[in-house]
Amino acid sequence: MHDLSRRELLGLAAMAPLAGTILSTGAAAGVHATDVDLQSEARENIRKRYFPNITLQTQDGKNVRFYDDLVKDKIVTINFFFGHCEEVCPLVMANLVKVQKLLGDRVGRDIFMNSITLKPEEDTPASLKKYMKKFNAKPEGWTFLTGQVIDIEFLRKSLGFTYPEPAIDKDKTQHIGNVRYGNEPLMLWGACPGMANAPFIAESISWMIRPETKVAIARR
Amino acid sequence: MYYNVFGEKVSRKRYKEMLEAAKNRRELIAAGLTSRRDLMKMGLLTAGGMLVAKNGLSARAQTVTPQTQLPGDGQVGSNQNCVPTKQAASPPTRAFIEPLPIMPVAQTVASLSPTPTTCPNTSAGEVRAACHQATQLDASRFPVVPSKLYKFTQQAITVVQSPDLPNQTVWAFSDGTHVTSPGPTYKANYGVPQLTRNINALPPANQNGGFGIPSVTTHLHNGHTPSESDGNPCDFYGIGNFCDQYYPNVLAGFNSDHQPNGDINESLSTLWYHDHRVDFTAQNTYKGLLGFYLLFNQFDTGDEGTGFHLPSFPQFDVPLVFADKVYDPSNGRLFFDLFSLDGILGDKFLVNGKIQPFFQVQPRRYRFRLLDTGPSRFYEFFLTDLNNLGTQNPYFVIANDGNLLPNPVQVVSARIGVAERIDIIIDFSKFAGKTIYLENRLLQVNGQGPVPPQGFVPGQFECNSGLDSNGNPISILSDIRPAGQGDLLLQFQVSSKAVSDGSVDPATNPTFYTLPNTTATPRITRTFKFDRLNGQWSVNGQFMDCGFGPAGPPPGGFSQNFRFTVQQNSVEHWLLTNLTGDWTHPIHIHLEEHQILTRNRVPPSLAIERSRKDVTQLHQNERVELFFRFRDWLGKYPIHCHNVVHEDHAMMALWHVQPQGDNILVP
Repeated sequence: MHDLSRRELLGLAAMAPLAGTILSTGAAAGVHATDVDLQSEARENIRKRYFPNITLQTQDGKNVRFYDDLVKDKIVTINFFFGHCEEVCPLVMANLVKVQKLLGDRVGRDIFMNSITLKPEEDTPASLKKYMKKFNAKPEGWTFLTGQVIDIEFLRKSLGFTYPEPAIDKDKTQHIGNVRYGNEPLMLWGACPGMANAPFIAESISWMIRPETKVAIARR
Repeated sequence: MYYNVFGEKVSRKRYKEMLEAAKNRRELIAAGLTSRRDLMKMGLLTAGGMLVAKNGLSARAQTVTPQTQLPGDGQVGSNQNCVPTKQAASPPTRAFIEPLPIMPVAQTVASLSPTPTTCPNTSAGEVRAACHQATQLDASRFPVVPSKLYKFTQQAITVVQSPDLPNQTVWAFSDGTHVTSPGPTYKANYGVPQLTRNINALPPANQNGGFGIPSVTTHLHNGHTPSESDGNPCDFYGIGNFCDQYYPNVLAGFNSDHQPNGDINESLSTLWYHDHRVDFTAQNTYKGLLGFYLLFNQFDTGDEGTGFHLPSFPQFDVPLVFADKVYDPSNGRLFFDLFSLDGILGDKFLVNGKIQPFFQVQPRRYRFRLLDTGPSRFYEFFLTDLNNLGTQNPYFVIANDGNLLPNPVQVVSARIGVAERIDIIIDFSKFAGKTIYLENRLLQVNGQGPVPPQGFVPGQFECNSGLDSNGNPISILSDIRPAGQGDLLLQFQVSSKAVSDGSVDPATNPTFYTLPNTTATPRITRTFKFDRLNGQWSVNGQFMDCGFGPAGPPPGGFSQNFRFTVQQNSVEHWLLTNLTGDWTHPIHIHLEEHQILTRNRVPPSLAIERSRKDVTQLHQNERVELFFRFRDWLGKYPIHCHNVVHEDHAMMALWHVQPQGDNILVP
């Protein structure tokens, strides 16, 4: 695998299409009102089904709403972890740090990363902040989140970070190591293993920026 | 306090629903099977065997979580009743009130503009990984502009999947004459190369209706296809781009061990095409991007007066696309569970794009080509006469994965997984004047595959079969449901008027092809372990990676990350090992077919598995040994699980064929 070249990153920086911009371009291209209604109904149904607007706390102790503040109108990544997880989490976190580097300043501008603790009773905002430092995760565009135990369990199930086998589902050491990526207004959602090669994770996330164009990322 | 099967608190409302569902179910079952058809007519029971989705009536019913509801208020784990994650029950639909659609035969075009080129016409917007191997190999045999040209456009259309549901916007293929989903059926012939210009004219991403990415790559499933035309998952392209896919329609071995025409015993017949976009195959195929590709030759002619005398196409040779889907109960629109990792099960069963259609047939033999398009369901097909449930109704399987068997095999039922096909012969003469059903009696409750044959105890999986009279989950004892209690997929209304039948009677044991010899010594035996690491589907502990080089994804660059290199024109054994316990994975390998040498070290016991295959079901705790000959073409291909949800979550590996192979034993 290769790292995105300097030239490529400049190419990326040159195009700054926020998800919302793409949406309005589509509408301006002559979409019928009924189509627009259907699309917003579909988007609303996805919100209702998957994105509870629960309150979470960031590493800075700030209260945020999951849908309104973290997901709505954004291109996002979502994964779960916990501070004392010694098997899968360090691998995934080290990977995501690489992904953040590869995506450069698009993180915080076009793309927002979210890592949510599965053990909110242990992982306070202060310990999340320490954890970020330990892994060298930059706070620009990457938020670490804790909250109420019941809220986070609800969120985990809503987002499908679950096993069908109840015994495995309860075992946090086996927790789902995938990273969701998506473009909320475009209703595009995918996932990749958090342990996959970092450049390919970065590549997958970048598809969310211009999924329909001839070139997934401006490169030349 | 109220609890569900695995000890989670549920709300009083939800608990009442669970009890109601159980009660209604018991009442309906107590009413006896004789009233099944009446219930179906009333719309109370779908012919799928599922109770309709009136809240509290269906075991699948669940309260849709309003966003305003407090978390934890009974909604945590509300999917305990055979509903995969966050999946609600579809609205009720009536069964068997609309005829079976037949996909039209794809029409050729006289020319393409710009004219096809050997190397990708990048400036015109073509996205193709390499120049055509076939035209470079022999331009007189494989002309750059072959006599058969197709112009396929992928676009959105509005369809009626049931008159009880609103119109659905799906994605379709247009051949310039028809726009359908499933797409038009190719009628191809060995010895006649053809080219399809596959154009992406899908609507922009903000009009996807909730799922699907307008970025595509179309795979010809089981084609002996040069890699640049194979539809590799990483060779995707966006709106406005196209790919010219060259289908040589040539037998395996033509350029290696059976020159010049290839091995007739490697003849393929029932292929299909489908979108294969990496990470989004489940969404895009669920949305309709698939169709049949039938390949005929001098024996399998499509005319019952000649060759093997198989029923004539298209009148008596009918392709059937099976798909199970869910519709949003709030608005009746096609719903895709975006956040499933295990697999997606529908509670509505579609055949050729209609929910539970009927088909009027003559009392004679028909060939049906059954294709399971998933996303994650396995089927076991039975013929059922609802007025005579105690009688078995055998039929003949003549092909497995589209490959004619040495001889027809009579069965009472046959099982297929996602992407597998069986061709069957049903003789309706013994059902003249009757109505019978094609029924799936296999029990599957989640994406893991069929329930183990011995069943499972309550609580072993999140899903259960319903509740007993005390509201407790009941155990599942078997993977096969009783006759008439499965999913009635397709209704056959058999005419009573006798007709002539020129097709061969499979009971006379006609001989088709001979299985190619598998005694050759393999150059290498490779091992593939299919596993799940923290919910991440993997092959040999690694994950799918297109591995684009410095030029990035298409059209700038193409995948360069190959786990291993197969030597062109060599024999290999592949050991597929299932480390995921009770899960079943349908494993598909591109380019070449395989034969199953052993399942857990013994030859396959099922007669229909003594065949050539392109998908092999890797059952619970199994180790399957496959025989391959990799011939003729070079380039990149994948091996992957064809539970498309697993496939989209990285249970795939890329490899390639080169003149010189490597010796990696566990790639």
